[in-house]
Amino acid sequence: MRRFALLFAAIDETTRTNEKVDAMAEYFRSADPADAAWAVWFLSGGRPKRLIPVRRLAGWAMEEADVPEWLFSECYDAVGDLAEAMSLLLPDRETTTDLALHQWITERLLPLGTKGEEDQRASVVQCWRELGGTERFIWNKLITGGFRVGVSQQLVVRALAKATGVAEGVIAHRLSGTWVPRAESFTSLSASETSDADVSRPYPFFLAYPLEEEIEALGSPAEWQAEWKWDGIRAQVIRRDGRTFIWSRGEELVTERFPEIAGAADFLPDGTVLDGEIMPWKDGAPLPFAQLQRRIGRKSLGGSILSDVPVVLVAYDLLELEGCDIRNEPLARRRAMLNEVITASRSTAFLPSPIVPLASWADAQAAYAGARERSAEGLMLKRSDSAYGVGRRKGGWWKWKVQPFTVDAVMIYAQAGHGRRASLHTDYTFAVWDDGVLVPFAKAYSGLTDDEIRDLDRWIRANTVEKFGPVRHVKPVHVFELGFEGIQASARHKSGVAVRFPRILRWRTDKRAEDADTLATLRAFL
Amino acid sequence: MTLLRLAERGLYCEAGDFYIDPWQPVERAVITHAHGDHARWGSERYLSSREAAGVLRTRLGSGATIRAVDYGEAIDVNGVRVSLHPAGHILGSAQVRVEHRGEVWVASGDYKTQPDPTCTPFELVRCHTFITESTFGLPIYRWPPDSEVFDAIRAWWRSNRDHGRASLLFGYALGKAQRLLAGLADADVGPVYTHGAVERLNRDYRHAGVRLADTQYASGMPRGHDFAGSLIVAPPSAAGSLWVRRFGAISTGFASGWMRVRGARRRRAVDRGFVLSDHVDWPSLLATVEATGAERVWVTHGTREPLVRWLSERGIEARVVASQWKGEEDTDPVEVPGEEITA
Repeated sequence: MRRFALLFAAIDETTRTNEKVDAMAEYFRSADPADAAWAVWFLSGGRPKRLIPVRRLAGWAMEEADVPEWLFSECYDAVGDLAEAMSLLLPDRETTTDLALHQWITERLLPLGTKGEEDQRASVVQCWRELGGTERFIWNKLITGGFRVGVSQQLVVRALAKATGVAEGVIAHRLSGTWVPRAESFTSLSASETSDADVSRPYPFFLAYPLEEEIEALGSPAEWQAEWKWDGIRAQVIRRDGRTFIWSRGEELVTERFPEIAGAADFLPDGTVLDGEIMPWKDGAPLPFAQLQRRIGRKSLGGSILSDVPVVLVAYDLLELEGCDIRNEPLARRRAMLNEVITASRSTAFLPSPIVPLASWADAQAAYAGARERSAEGLMLKRSDSAYGVGRRKGGWWKWKVQPFTVDAVMIYAQAGHGRRASLHTDYTFAVWDDGVLVPFAKAYSGLTDDEIRDLDRWIRANTVEKFGPVRHVKPVHVFELGFEGIQASARHKSGVAVRFPRILRWRTDKRAEDADTLATLRAFL
Repeated sequence: MTLLRLAERGLYCEAGDFYIDPWQPVERAVITHAHGDHARWGSERYLSSREAAGVLRTRLGSGATIRAVDYGEAIDVNGVRVSLHPAGHILGSAQVRVEHRGEVWVASGDYKTQPDPTCTPFELVRCHTFITESTFGLPIYRWPPDSEVFDAIRAWWRSNRDHGRASLLFGYALGKAQRLLAGLADADVGPVYTHGAVERLNRDYRHAGVRLADTQYASGMPRGHDFAGSLIVAPPSAAGSLWVRRFGAISTGFASGWMRVRGARRRRAVDRGFVLSDHVDWPSLLATVEATGAERVWVTHGTREPLVRWLSERGIEARVVASQWKGEEDTDPVEVPGEEITA
């Protein structure tokens, strides 16, 4: 545990990518494989299930620290993180134990799940007495199920590649899907043998970078393939050894939720992997994303939802054919093979992603301008000779998203953030005018610079009209330009609309509250 | 009418007609210490501890009228007995004891009870009413021993040196910076460079007989000087400024009580936080309040409400006093670093 805490601190204390990678690589090289396996799992975003309700845990911490509940809340507010607040409040450690990371997990953490409340408490309190500083903080993060480390999966992969000498692509592939944190799993990550047997395993998704330059800078349009950018669920459909698997980009196995696609996949030849977007699709056209969300939330799919919101896989790419990994073939070739595979499947659940003809960049501009009418988010531009890479890389694939909807709104509520933003007010609620009254319609967290956040925080503290718990009702003074991706009528919201991915585009210091937009402006987008 | 009360221009003693750390110019100002929010310009006459006189003069300018008294030396101000007692916060910091007709008040200014080689240790003064700061008035604030903190600073510097980096350590220019330099005096760390705002105050500290690590004024080094492997002490406001560029590859650290909380360190965007404070932590604050024997406690700048509630629940008459002192703020440094001195 001590070594893992040092690794955590090393990662936490630098913003330099190379130092993070070096620290991880050094750990992977020298740690016991059983510990390294858990480290990989945690660093990759794996989280143990929360075994103890947070309120119960906080109650024990208050008693151990001899602090009343009101003071505990004050401390929690000041720290902004429950696991850390508990760590700081508890008395200093009494003893030290040199248990390894995997022992802490398998001997101390996981058994909590089968214990009664009194035994749980005794066990947790004992752990607190044995741990101090960062180790106690990590332990608290683990039992609250909130452990997160500031590294991307890509950096973990890079560090593993560095530590083991195995290529990054192979590591990424071996890590995807359901990777079990055991010593053998870690050892097999570095095995030189590369034909992995796990039939369910998807390939790492290749992601596009946002287009920042003028489109003309991409060179000749003849070298590019353009497609619509769809707003659905990115997924891989895998058919191997007579079995079908559908993986979402969040690396979640979602086969059961999309029976139309899974059923069609059963007729694909063995050794086939498709990459595409699961889209709600009816009468030859996409349905709004919110319709798909209705489906995702359900455990069982009754007949009416299947006929109301049918889905298709809008297929972008072919990654595996006849059991061979073809990701390094040029896109144009993969695309031709994709068309053949789909034609042969004779299924309406697979739809090759329509290609936007591209005789000149003017065609692309025109398509881009018309994207919203097609319910697309914009255009994808892919080099015809590009390979299917790993993660988000610049160069081969670009996404060119249409500008979001924008509206000028007034900030009316503010709340302090968490973690890095604890004790700074960073969560804002915005309203627009309706008949002389401000109606809240969106919350947004991101989009301001650190300096702006600081200025605004100071203003909020000095201009609070009323406090409801952590929420401050502030004077309606500041106007912000908000952007959002989509809008839906909603009976659940006071404003009657629900917006998707709202974010702050800029602080309109040039506008007064009276100049903000109205609900009618919002409704016009519907 | 209480012996001390909060008036428009500051904490006022009517019987003696003087103010303690006024925030607006007054005729007679008793100063607890030289930080900018306590020692403001423009008053006609100042009273301070002898130990503080040097830094106070640097802060207020040569035109200020300052009377210096020894710790414990009682003087009579219009029939009120006033004496200054060490507060252990920074060089010359004092608690102000005010006695009138058998009633004793103590205004502590900023204080800490931990040992600090740069100033006279805190002295406990019994009183009826104790006016305390509450900068770190929550139980999450507990300070580790100095030795542990300085070991961590040395290890950080050594690792940076081995990686060819300079170590840029931020601490408030008056007090914290010198405490760092005193703690590193025999630490085999260095060479040590300083920012102008720090170097100017180092002179006052050395003049007062405080032993600091040998320092060189960073801006006095020739253009292109290689700072790799050195330690540089600078005020937090220098972070992210052009001044920092000259040091090449750096790792940054910040020495402050706020660094106890991870979010505060991340918000500061420094690589390392060192928990080193010139204010009392929660256990010492409670112990001090109890030991003064005070039946009434006024709580000034910091986390006031929780402390007041805590004390009230324990039968002490406590209330919030809305002073304009700031203590050590998380978001902004107390002092603005002065113009750089010419070397």
